[in-house]
Amino acid sequence: MPAPGASWGRYPSATQHIIPLHWRDAELPAAAGTLLAYGNGRSYGDSCLNDGGTLLHTRGLNRFIGFDPATGTLRCEAGVLFSDILAFAVPRGWFLPVVPGTRYITVGGAIANDVHGKNHHRAGTFGEHVRCFEILRSDDSRLVCSREVNADLFAATVGGLGLTGVITWAELTLKAIPGPLMATETLRFGNLAEFFALSAQSEQEHEYTVAWIDCGGSGKTFGRGLFIRANHSPATQSIAPPLRLRMPFTPPLSLINRISLRALNAAYFHGSRQGRAVTRYEPYFFPLDAVADWNRIYGPRGFLQYQCVVAPAHAESAVAELLQRIAASGTGSFLAVLKVFSDRRAAGILSFPRAGTTLALDFPNRGAATLALLEQLDDTVVAAGGAVYPAKDARLKGARFRRYFPQWEQMLPHVDPRFSSGFWRRVMET
Amino acid sequence: MRKILIIGATSAIAEAAARIFATRGDALFLVARNAEHLRAVVADLNIRGAARTDSATLEVTDFAAHDAVIEKAERDLGGIDIALIAHGTLSDQARCEQSVDVMRREFDINALSTLALLTALANRMEARRSGTLAVISSVAGDRGRQSNYVYGAAKAAVSTFLGGLRQRLAKANVNVLTIKPGFVDTPMTAAIPDKGALWAQPEQIAAGIVKAIDRGRNIVYLPWFWRWIMLVIRHIPEPIFKRVKL
Repeated sequence: MPAPGASWGRYPSATQHIIPLHWRDAELPAAAGTLLAYGNGRSYGDSCLNDGGTLLHTRGLNRFIGFDPATGTLRCEAGVLFSDILAFAVPRGWFLPVVPGTRYITVGGAIANDVHGKNHHRAGTFGEHVRCFEILRSDDSRLVCSREVNADLFAATVGGLGLTGVITWAELTLKAIPGPLMATETLRFGNLAEFFALSAQSEQEHEYTVAWIDCGGSGKTFGRGLFIRANHSPATQSIAPPLRLRMPFTPPLSLINRISLRALNAAYFHGSRQGRAVTRYEPYFFPLDAVADWNRIYGPRGFLQYQCVVAPAHAESAVAELLQRIAASGTGSFLAVLKVFSDRRAAGILSFPRAGTTLALDFPNRGAATLALLEQLDDTVVAAGGAVYPAKDARLKGARFRRYFPQWEQMLPHVDPRFSSGFWRRVMET
Repeated sequence: MRKILIIGATSAIAEAAARIFATRGDALFLVARNAEHLRAVVADLNIRGAARTDSATLEVTDFAAHDAVIEKAERDLGGIDIALIAHGTLSDQARCEQSVDVMRREFDINALSTLALLTALANRMEARRSGTLAVISSVAGDRGRQSNYVYGAAKAAVSTFLGGLRQRLAKANVNVLTIKPGFVDTPMTAAIPDKGALWAQPEQIAAGIVKAIDRGRNIVYLPWFWRWIMLVIRHIPEPIFKRVKL
């Protein structure tokens, strides 16, 4: 668990008054300054921080409210973790319709960031599967929002970065699965063209697709990676749930650096088993959850994640240009993830996913050099008609944000006047 | 399936323990002050797999109402295998020093109401010659400290009472468990800023409680390291202790 009031990238730092919420029927607590709901702190940058203001911790809102075993409709409080839902639902034959790369996020956070997963080409974003929720506003009004009722506030809250008030509960539709196992297949690709071919060819037959790409590749190995596709499996063999390790301390320096990166990436490429396998769902969807507090590996200065999407027409050239710019900067990313989004329209005004290819990268925080690189990556993304994911961001400037989200003004009437975040002030004021 | 009565069931630790019981398919009877909160907890536990969950509201300082509630719990559950007593308030020490009424009220809630409930439950379990009484006391009861000696004295009364009850009921095959949590991050302690490394989450404490009940333990410090911290604190000589700030 991150320290209360920190984000997953551990950058930037912020000082906030923290007030835990415990009962969904309670009024908003009296607090000075601006407010922001804070779930489990898995946003990477400052979209979950509110320097100088108040954070309303929602993890105490963690009750199930109703479950219909015939339809898979689940109503629960907003601080319930995906891990809790999965622990409850999987043995009963249900699964979350969309999961990101960690199960340690809250339902409220999943809505506020309209999260996506490896099945975007089939299921779209999480918001598509949310039937309704309640928003508690700073004027103490409570509004139940759905696509039919308060539809504008629904669209502003899905992907709305917590700016429209506190989500107290939500109702979502789970999907039926045959069991806890996944049938996976891992394939190597030698370059980006092969990745796009594999992706196009896999989408029909596979519910989940994702690729890991070797950022350290150059020359003949440029653009190489591993493509992993999967389906839920009806297999019934018994596989033990994975053990959880913990990164017990924060090393004084980032353990991810220029030298270790090249070795780690090469080892991952050559060390990963190819071909078909059957695994439990946890290691397939949430490999990093196996090491609690893994973000400590980047040392006290933390890290910045950069996730962008580039439009389909420029996808291959833009991804190549991004990789070249990273290589030229002398840095790199161990966790480079590539995925083709479908053209499904997301439910939220500020939802990030859109038609194109998304690339996610982690960079140790090396100060000005890192920020300069991310500016350069933005140049490519702007030219490629893309966008950057606010949930991952800690440095985007306002002009770029407004370019990435041209519909941003539609949000303004719905932003609660008492609510704000570090991210929001930055992109509104710069 | 075991039949479990929980008093103070909407407290964070008790609710977390109730979830573990519910997931195992136990039958529950919850007692708390706030009917709205009880409803939310009952619905949650039923979804998680409780065999059944019933409830009653009770103001624990309404001593005359205790028997009726225990009676109803026994009826609804069809007997009580485990009673977990978890209600309490974190006394405002400064106010307790200024007002005898406030001090007495804190003692009523944190000590006398618990002792009254235990008296009633103990007699029933003794007659049936089976059961477990699990009670949340506190490390604060191990030694009086200037920062919270009213709360500490109430918990000391509970711990001492339980020690005697344990001896008495051992003959009747009834297990008595004294639970001594350290600092726990709950609504009760929300007003305390700067929670350091010694603080635990209610889920951790609840898991420890369930394990201790399962194993028939007598006294359990949660997390475990408090046993050693309190051992040291109890052995600081009074002439020194009275000069330290704790």
